Formats: sequence, structure tokens, C-alpha cells
Amino acid sequence: MSASTTTQGNTAEYQADTNVGKIANFVDTRVGLSPIIKEFGRKIFPDHWSFMFGEVALYCFIILLLSGTFLAFWFDPTMVTTEYTGSYVPMQGVEMSAAYASSLNISFDIRGGLFLRQLHHWAALLFSVAIMVHMARIFFTGAFRRPRELNWVVGCLLFVMALVAGFSGYSLPDDVLSGNGLRIVDGLARSVPLVGAYISMLIFGGEFPGHGIIGRLYIVHVFIVPMIILALVVVHLFMVVVHKHTQFPGPGRTENNVVGFPVGPVYAAKAGGFFFIVFGVLAAIAATVQINAIWNYGPYDPSPVQAGSQPDWYMLWTDGALRIMPGNWPFTWEWDLFGLVTLPMAILLPIVALTVFIIGMFTWPWIERWVTKDNRVHNILDRPRNAPARTGLGVAAMVYYGVLMIAATGDLIATHFHLAVNDVIYLLRFLFFFGPIIAFIITRRVCLALQRKDREIVLHGRETGRVQQLPHGEFIEVHEPLDEYRRYKLVAFEDNQVLPAQQDAKGKVTGSEKLRGRLSRLFFEDRVAPVTPAELDAAHHEHAHDVHELESAGSSSSGH
Amino acid sequence: MKALSQKRRHPLALLALLVCALLLTGGLYAVATTTNQAKAAENYTASDVDEGSKLFISNCSTCHGMNGEGSDSGPSLVGVGAASVDFQVSTGRMPMQMQGPQAQVKPAQFNEEQTRQLAAYVASLGAGPEVPDEESLDVSQGDAANGAKVFLANCAMCHNAAGAGGALTRGKYAPSLMGVDEKQIYEAMQTGPQNMPVFNDANITPDEKRDVITYLKTMENNTDPGGFGLGSLGPVSEGLFIWTIGLLIIIGFAVWLTSRSA
Amino acid sequence: MADHRDGLPQGKKGNLLDRSADEQAVFQDPGLPPHRPRTTDVDSGAAKRAERQVALLFAISIIGSILFFVGYFGVRVDGDIYSVTDSAPTAALRLQNLLLGGGIALGMLGIGVGVVHWARTLMPDHELVEERHDVVTEDQRAEAEQIVGTILDESGIKRRPLIRNTLIGAAVLAPLPFVGLLKDLGPLNLTPLRHTLWDQGVRLVRDPSGTPIKASDVTLGSTFHVLPENLMDLGHEEGYLDQKAKAVVLLMRLDPDIVTVTPGREDWNVDGIFAYSKVCTHVGCPIALYEQHTHHLLCPCHQSTFDLANECEVVFGPASRPLPQLPIQVDDEGYLVARSDFTEPVGPTYSQRVIAVNEMEEENGN
Repeated sequence: MSASTTTQGNTAEYQADTNVGKIANFVDTRVGLSPIIKEFGRKIFPDHWSFMFGEVALYCFIILLLSGTFLAFWFDPTMVTTEYTGSYVPMQGVEMSAAYASSLNISFDIRGGLFLRQLHHWAALLFSVAIMVHMARIFFTGAFRRPRELNWVVGCLLFVMALVAGFSGYSLPDDVLSGNGLRIVDGLARSVPLVGAYISMLIFGGEFPGHGIIGRLYIVHVFIVPMIILALVVVHLFMVVVHKHTQFPGPGRTENNVVGFPVGPVYAAKAGGFFFIVFGVLAAIAATVQINAIWNYGPYDPSPVQAGSQPDWYMLWTDGALRIMPGNWPFTWEWDLFGLVTLPMAILLPIVALTVFIIGMFTWPWIERWVTKDNRVHNILDRPRNAPARTGLGVAAMVYYGVLMIAATGDLIATHFHLAVNDVIYLLRFLFFFGPIIAFIITRRVCLALQRKDREIVLHGRETGRVQQLPHGEFIEVHEPLDEYRRYKLVAFEDNQVLPAQQDAKGKVTGSEKLRGRLSRLFFEDRVAPVTPAELDAAHHEHAHDVHELESAGSSSSGH
Repeated sequence: MKALSQKRRHPLALLALLVCALLLTGGLYAVATTTNQAKAAENYTASDVDEGSKLFISNCSTCHGMNGEGSDSGPSLVGVGAASVDFQVSTGRMPMQMQGPQAQVKPAQFNEEQTRQLAAYVASLGAGPEVPDEESLDVSQGDAANGAKVFLANCAMCHNAAGAGGALTRGKYAPSLMGVDEKQIYEAMQTGPQNMPVFNDANITPDEKRDVITYLKTMENNTDPGGFGLGSLGPVSEGLFIWTIGLLIIIGFAVWLTSRSA
Repeated sequence: MADHRDGLPQGKKGNLLDRSADEQAVFQDPGLPPHRPRTTDVDSGAAKRAERQVALLFAISIIGSILFFVGYFGVRVDGDIYSVTDSAPTAALRLQNLLLGGGIALGMLGIGVGVVHWARTLMPDHELVEERHDVVTEDQRAEAEQIVGTILDESGIKRRPLIRNTLIGAAVLAPLPFVGLLKDLGPLNLTPLRHTLWDQGVRLVRDPSGTPIKASDVTLGSTFHVLPENLMDLGHEEGYLDQKAKAVVLLMRLDPDIVTVTPGREDWNVDGIFAYSKVCTHVGCPIALYEQHTHHLLCPCHQSTFDLANECEVVFGPASRPLPQLPIQVDDEGYLVARSDFTEPVGPTYSQRVIAVNEMEEENGN
């Protein structure tokens, strides 16, 4: 019997009543919609505001694709020289590249073009902000641990690609500001030992600035990088589906479940609505706040430059690294090796400083696993205070990044706070080395203090602000015990402790194991253990005593 | 009265006040510019020089010497010209309040007549750049496009492409050029006050100077087309905006979105 | 059943203090807290109100989209932008931008806020629990291993190393042509980095006007942004920008009393008029900030500071080398001209620079 006769003869096949049902049924029987709906229709997502930044980044990316497509309709990515004839008076009759002229036309002669440019640029800034905040959330809550290490790496790649996307786009209008940015790229490329000058020639198609760079950056910006980002986003989201979302500790939340709201209808509405909110917020900013007024800078020309030459914020840290490096203090940082090779260490060392940060970021999940020997699956997040050493390190990394970022704004800090730019740089040179250490120590102490406060609250309850007098004259503040749900939130965390260096199979303690032991001590030596039920009982006994005294004296000591 | 004091707390009151203040300053500014333009190329009389000499001795000689020959605390003024005096005194930079990396702008200490007399006296010490005439400051005859070229090549490196100012070494800075009087811009180019280089007429011709002024006034007279300009400081202020206000708005929505409704 | 997901032998938990065996040592999970109803769950009036609010938000969105078209068709930007005499068109452009963007913002926010408000107040807010599953189960892993084994076996790749090794060799080489194709992204010739358009007798002209400069024009305290005269004949297609990027020069007259000149450079200046390359030796930004009294040059990109009195020695910042000096003299008509090209490569350092400097020294010596 053939398949067709089976279908024809099968009277039991589902028949939809409504029109929508009929269409759905048609699609389902052709491509199989039901399993997808079964998988995703009631999938659970936990709710926490800090979980939304990945979505913000995704939505920014969609907005970037949309606004970028519109901009591409009018943008001319060539460096052919033309004479500007548009309606912006100060540039009328000026020779400029077609790229710059078309950017001016988008701003002044395409209706709504200025809005699209501003929307695109603001979305790019928010895109990178959202990625960074999202990464910070993942880091501080320990969400990169098994099984999510690979997704952390994909996220790091997305972060790097966002930088490439941003920088290549920033350079496209071919104005003086971004052109000087490219000039710095030329200087950086040239600094690479042995092959640097050749790399610069390959990038620019000859000597800087050449005739090709805008066209090359254009294909990078509108095709190569967006395609890579898109592919990485797909992988990123696929892994989120495989792993299901992490959740904060709390009553009912275990390593083996996920508690929250179903996609249909609540989460779909919230997440879908959030897209429109992000779009609306960006549109409101683009309508009211001007960004990258390229018309002020003029067409790219190697001679002029302007005060306050900085890249967009996400590249500031690279510029800052170049700024705080002294060029010949205490000795010259340009080395001629044997009269054969010149090494510009004043550029190479800042590049090393940046690379260390990037490598540390990519490999952190493995570094932490090596130190803690913790290879278990973690679906419950750490509250940042419950991982004091990691939180301290995270803040130290933020200070490291922040010092470099602020260094790039040294001249503006100087003029706005009436300081000398030299002094600002001297201070930042000091902070580059000592800031992260100070930040680590302070942050870890703050985390431990917060943990102790949690302990106090669990043991003695929440402070109510009501003061009462005991019969023997002592004043006490009445503490209200926590209910079991709130209490569980404060006690449900892992009690890590130092794991000293271990002998290996041959009975020897290797050097790297000793280092690991020392790091483990740094991580866990100072620790605050979660309250145990026994401790709580003991605390209750003590309180019961006070309360008993209070009650027995109830009538005699009235109203305080 | 009561009604007024109640309305004072109305949210729109602040807006109304701002509008009034803007109109007032705009009007004053218009008056100020016309009076400046009325003052054409100077012909100083002997009495101007005389009066100026008196003012000089009582106000400037401590640093610049009894005859303007200069001292350890102030440079010689022989040959700096009337333009230099007019610039320094009318912007309040001179007399200086205290020694520092550079003289600060403050309310002028001398009125127009006194400034003129001081200029007359210093001009009599030795030939130097004169106060520009009305024609060289008439922006309606200037070419903003050429001005933009000259400005970007010669001025933007210190004063920023939008004339917002910038940092120099060791606490010195190039001031913002927005809201600066035409004549003062011209004189600054001509005389190179503080650490600013001199742009003499052989370097930037009088016509080109007028073009630069035209370009600056063009930027000043037109609003930023894209909205609030964030001080025209470029990517840093934009980054600061998105990290503060932008991020706060997004966090606000995220918190609202994930919170339970009451 | 043994929990093998932690990858450690049974009983080992890394650095975790394992107290799960002791009932008294840890608090037991009390389970999900009871559901607390919202006002919209219990009060039908509140629910009705929320419904109206959502509808109102959607209506605001509709108004926003209409506002966009009001701005699009209603605001006319007639005339030049940034005109010195008429600021109305620029103001109109600003208004139009505000209306277009504001309209879209309202259109989007109305939908977004409305939908979220709907979800928060009217859709169920019971927390649900979903079980997690292992990423892979042991059975699946075994099955997959077996399949891979079968595939490898059937392909015979293990049994026939000749095929395997030649395939690896072929696969490694196959992409190389595409790497090779990248070579022609640019010419790989470094000699242009040594030379600029400057040469003996080339006049110094002003940027941007292109007019020559007399020595007498350069008064004390003034600074000139200078190009070589032969650059002005160069078309954009003939590498105008490339040449300009190397040849830009800053010219100023210094007080001869404060200047130190190294032997061999005595005739490189004209009565205290010095010309220096404007391209920073750090990463190539144009150095253009000249402070006439401190005789410092400052780079606005990374704050490298050069001392003109000391042949542009670096006094602050990330640059390591002084700016190259352009030797100048005066021609018969009194105009400033170059004495020669720069005697070292201008701009940022590259590895082959030291070789270039040595060879150029030799050439000049001869």
C-alpha cells in the first residue's frame, strides 16, 4: 500500500476548524512545527533584571542591521575625489572623497538621514556597552563555569568582533577624526617586528592613506564582521537553549531545575516588548542627542588634527594604553638591535598590556577551574559576595581596563578639572600598576563584610528599628526573624575552602601545584561559612531568653 | 502675589525663566556686538595717550615696568601694538589676578574708553598690530568654506574642530571660541596671546582671518542639527552619555520589566 | 546513582567542604514560596484599568507613527545648512530630526511598554519549574562513539595510512593559494618610506593656500603649516594624500639665544627659522600644537611633547625619538626652500628603520 493511499484513506487525520488552524496544520504536516512549539512554547526563563543585557545587545545588533541597511542605500564607499555641492555651507566647493561627501549628504540632504546615522551610531555604542555589562554579569555570578565555558569563549569572540565592527564603521565617513584613527592603525601595524611595515602596506594598499582603505573597511563592516557576529550569535543562543538559563540561588531553585516564566505568553511578551523598548529608547536618544558631527571635522587630510582626538568609547582603552607608556623614561624605549632591527617598545608594550587582558578574559574559566579544582556542573549562580576572590579579581580587571580607558581622556580631564594633563598621566601610570591591587583588596574585604552581614541577618533577624527596654534596664532593638524562604536565599551557597598543594601520582608536589595551592589560599583563606541549622538554633535560644524576659515583664515596663 | 508665588513652583516656570534669560542675554549680546562694530580703526589723540599712560602706571607697571619695558614678572610691551592691549584687557585677562600657567578670562576691569586709552599708550611705545577695523570683522563678507579650511589647518589642533577648546602642556589650555567677540578673535590671531602662536598677515591674510571668524560665527549662530551637542567634545562625551544616562534608562526598564507587579 | 558530571572520582569534590551527609549541617530547601496574588488578579476593576492602560499605550504608539509623518512632510528644510546669515534651515533640520526620531521612539515605546505592561499585569505570574537534563547521557555518548567508530572503520582511513597522509598534505596545501592571493593587497616595497617630495630647492608653501613663504614673513612667535610646492601639482589620483601624509612640515622662528644646534646642522635653519616634520614619531598623528613661549610642540593624540629649543627632543609622552628636521635655506627671490629631503625616514618606527637610517647616512655622506 502506497503512502498516498494511506493518507487519503486515513479518515482519522486531524482536521482544523479555523482558517488559522488550517494554515498551521498545512505547515506542520510539511515541515513539522509541532516539535519546535513543544520545545520552545513553554520553555522556562528565570526573571532577573541583570539577565536582560544579552538581550539588549542582541536587539542593538538587529537595530544596527536595520539602520545600517538604510545607510548603505546612500553611502558611497569610495575614495574618489569629488567637489561637494550639498547644502552644508562650510564645505561647499571643498574637494573631498565620495565617502565623506555621501556621509554629508546622508546627514543634510536625505530626509531622516541624520536620524538614521545617529540611530546607527548610538545603537553601536549601546551594543558594546550591553556586551560589556552582560560579560560582567556572567563573570561576577560565575555563570561561565561548567557547562558554559565554551559559551563564555563565544561571548568573548563576540566582544572582540563588536570592537572590529565598531572601529571599521567609525572610519567609514573618511573625516579627519577617524582618518587620524586610521593613521594610528598604520603606526601600530608598522610597529610589529620584522613584518610590520609590510602589514601596513597590505592594509592600505601601499603607503598610508592610499586609495583603497575605505572600500576594504566597508566590506569588513557590512559583510564579513556582521556575518561572523550573526554566526556567533546563533551558536551563542543555541548553547543557551542546550544549557537552559542559569538562576540565582533561592527557595525551590536547584541545580537540576529552572524556575521562572514560560516563553508563551509571558516571556515572549516581555522579551518581545523589550525589543521595542530598546528601539524606542535608542530612537529617543538619536532624536535628541547629536553624535559624531562629522561635518565639523572636515574631509580627511593628513595635515590637520584636532584637540580632543579620541576613538569611540570601546576603543578608548587601546588609545589609553598608548598614552600612559613613557617613550624614553627612564631610558629610551626604542631599541636598535645589532643595527638590524628597530623595536618600538613604547608601542609594543602597550599592545602586550592589551593582549594580556584579552587572553585572561578568554581563559578565565580554565584558570579558575585549575585553582579551585571545581569541575562540577553549576546551574545555580554565585551571588558576587559569596565568591569574594573572584569578585575582587573582576573589579581589579575593571580598574585595569578603566585606567586605560580614562588615560585616553586625559586631555579632557585636564581641561575640565583644571589639572595639568601631565599630572593626570603620572597618576594614571601609578594606578595602572597599583589600582588593580588596591581594588582587589578592598573588594574582597567588602564582599566578606557583606557575607557577615548576611550571617547576622540569618542568625538574629532583620533590624526593625523598634527599640525596647528590658526589665533590668537594658535597651534592645527588636529583630524580626526571617521567614524560611528568605533565609534559604542567604544560606544556600557553597562553602569553599583552601585546597592546599597536593602530591601527584609520583608523590611529588610540582611547582605549578605549589602555585595553585598559593592561589587557592588567596581565594579561600578568608571565608565566611553559611549559617548551619545548629547555629541558628543556638542563636534562637539566646533570643528566646531576651524575648521571654520582655514578655514576662510586659505589664510593668510600658510604652517606651 | 500669592498666585505668582504658586506659579513659581510650576514645572514650566523653570522653562519660562530659561527662555527669558536666553532672550535677555541674546539681546545684550546683540547690543554688545553693535557697539563693538561702531568702533572703527583708531585714531588716538595725544590726550588718549596721556590718560593711558596714567592708567598704565597705576595698573600695569608693577609687572610690565614704568615704561612698558618689561620685568621678571611680565614681558616688555614695546611693539606689541594696540590689538594686543585691546585683546588682553577687554577679555579681562589683564591685569592678571595672580601668576599661573596662563592668564584667565574674567570680567573686564576697565571700560571701553579706558581700554582705548591704554591701547593708545602702548601703541605709542612702538609700532605693532592695530585694532582691526569694522570691515575686517564683517562676517557677511566672509567665506565660511574657506574659513573652515584655514581653521581646520591652523586652529583646530588646539581649539578643537568645533571650537570647544582643548588641553596644552602642564595646565595650559586653549580656550573655547564659542561666544567670543569677532574683534577679540581677530586680535588673538594677530597678536598670539599667551602661548598661542602669532598668525601675522603674511601667514593668514586679513581676508582669511575674516573667513575664519565667519566660520566660527556660522557654528555659533546655528544650532546643532542633531540635537543636544554634548559640548562638542566628540566620542568621549558620547561614551559618557551612553554609559550613564543611556545605560540607566535601559537598566530602569529592565528592572521594571522583571519585577512583579503589585 | 553516582553523579559523574563533576568529573572527579566519587567522594571528591575539589575544594568544596562536603557536608551533604550531615542533615544538621545544611538547611533544607523549603521549596517555592506560595504565590502572592496581584491586585489585577483579585480586583476585576484593577484588571479592567490595566487593560485600558495597555490600549492607551498602543494608541500612543499609533500617534507616534503619525508624528513621524508630520515631521517628514510638515517640516521643510529649505536652504543652506549652517548658513551664516540664516539659521532657520538648520533649526528646521533639528526640529525635523526631533519629530522623526521622536515619532519612531513613541511608536516603538508605545508597543514595547504596552506589551510588557500587559504581561506584567494581565498574564499569569505563577512561577513554573522545568527540569534540566544532562547535556548528554552516558547511553547517548556510547552510541555516538560507536557510530563514529563505524564511520571510521567503513571509510578505512585508519587502515590505509597512505590515503590519510596524502589527504592531510593536500588539505594543508589547498588553502595556501588564497593566502598567496592576498600578497597583492599592496606593494611590498619599503623604499618609499624613506623619501618625501622634499628636495633641494623645493619651495615651502602654506597649507592650504599653496603660496610661497618669505623668510621675513616668519616673525618671532608665528607658526606656518607648510607643504612642498611640488605637491600642489600632484593630482589626487597620483598619490596626493600619500605624499602629503609624509611631507607635512611645521615652520617657526625661534629666539636664536635659546636654541641648541648640534654640529652638522648649523646651516639647516635660516636665522632661527626651523622646519620640523609634523608627523609624530610615535604613531604618526600630526603634531601641530605649538606653544610659542614654552617652545614646545604637543601631539593632541597621545600628548607627546617635543622641545623645539633642543631639536625636538621628547620631554613627555610616549614618543621615543625627536621629530626629523627639514634642512632649509633661502632662494634668490628670498623665499624659503628645502636644502634637501629629510635625512631620515619620517613618521612612526618600523623594524627596518635602523637599516634605512644607516643607508641614508651613507648616501648623504658621499
